[in-house]
Amino acid sequence: MIYIKRRQVNYLKIALLFVQRWVLMDRIGEVTQSARPPSGGRINWFKYSSPQTFFPLAGAAIPWFSAAAAIFCLLGLYLSFFVAPTDQQQGEVYRIIFIHVPAAWMSMFIYVVMAFWAGVGLVLNTRLSGMMANALAPTGALFTFLALWTGSLWGKPTWGAWWVWDARLTSELILLFLYFGFMALTAAIDDARRADRAAGLFALVGVINIPIIYFSVQWWNTLHQGASVSLTRAPTMAATMLAGMVLMALGFWMYSFAASFARVRCIILERERNAEWVAQYAEALR
Amino acid sequence: MNWGSLEAFLAMGGYALYVWGSYAVTFILIVAEILLLARRRRGIVTQLGGLGRVSRRPS
Repeated sequence: MIYIKRRQVNYLKIALLFVQRWVLMDRIGEVTQSARPPSGGRINWFKYSSPQTFFPLAGAAIPWFSAAAAIFCLLGLYLSFFVAPTDQQQGEVYRIIFIHVPAAWMSMFIYVVMAFWAGVGLVLNTRLSGMMANALAPTGALFTFLALWTGSLWGKPTWGAWWVWDARLTSELILLFLYFGFMALTAAIDDARRADRAAGLFALVGVINIPIIYFSVQWWNTLHQGASVSLTRAPTMAATMLAGMVLMALGFWMYSFAASFARVRCIILERERNAEWVAQYAEALR
Repeated sequence: MNWGSLEAFLAMGGYALYVWGSYAVTFILIVAEILLLARRRRGIVTQLGGLGRVSRRPS
């Protein structure tokens, strides 16, 4: 018994050593990137992982995503307030659903995308991946806060409490802390590449919380109602309600693209400030 | 159309605080994020010497 335990401790020590080495690895990305041979004929995806290539692409995409966000949100708001009927049980207060559910979806979706880019950054050592993960975190935290805030304002009139320590609410609160932890960890480490590595590992570990949030209403006996929309069941709500919610979700989605692209452009300029093309870009803005 | 008058719309069936509290905070925070992003961009571009805020270097 003791022998097995000691062996387990040794395995744990070795694993920790690997993680430590991995996090401390520095500046290897630049070397491997420049040494990569050009791929003949096939699309070279690594081309788009260069901040210099991505910067103007993101800049060109922002107005389109912003316009799409505005259109979807305006249509969604129109449906939410003027077309969707009053709920029989809850009355008008149910209209919070049109921002609550899309905000909650985005809070989870953005975390998964953020962790995906963090993982890509850890595996392929592409600089842009870490920047993208960094750019997504504040927008994700914003939607997580909004999901909690609107949920609280919905909970008071329907459950009689602003907050309950229910599985759904608690796991969503943990998601907010995961976003804060990710941002704090990035901000605490001076070397940007090293910060990306540490925060990336943190983000990947935190992904475990996403299925917990999603399935919390099934796994535990909670006050929170079950999933509003399911792919396998027939819709339980009026078609106009569902349409309003989907339009708002699309609007928030397009907004997330615009906001994270705008932020990643700031991060690129901040981190690549010594690059020649950044100097030329700033010169052109004079 | 659900609402007979503007008052009825604003009253939200007696749930004005909860409904408008949700929508107002969402709107305010999204606008705040957009303004913060614009400020961050202005900050870095100014630092890099763009936007004409910094005196021109002699060419």
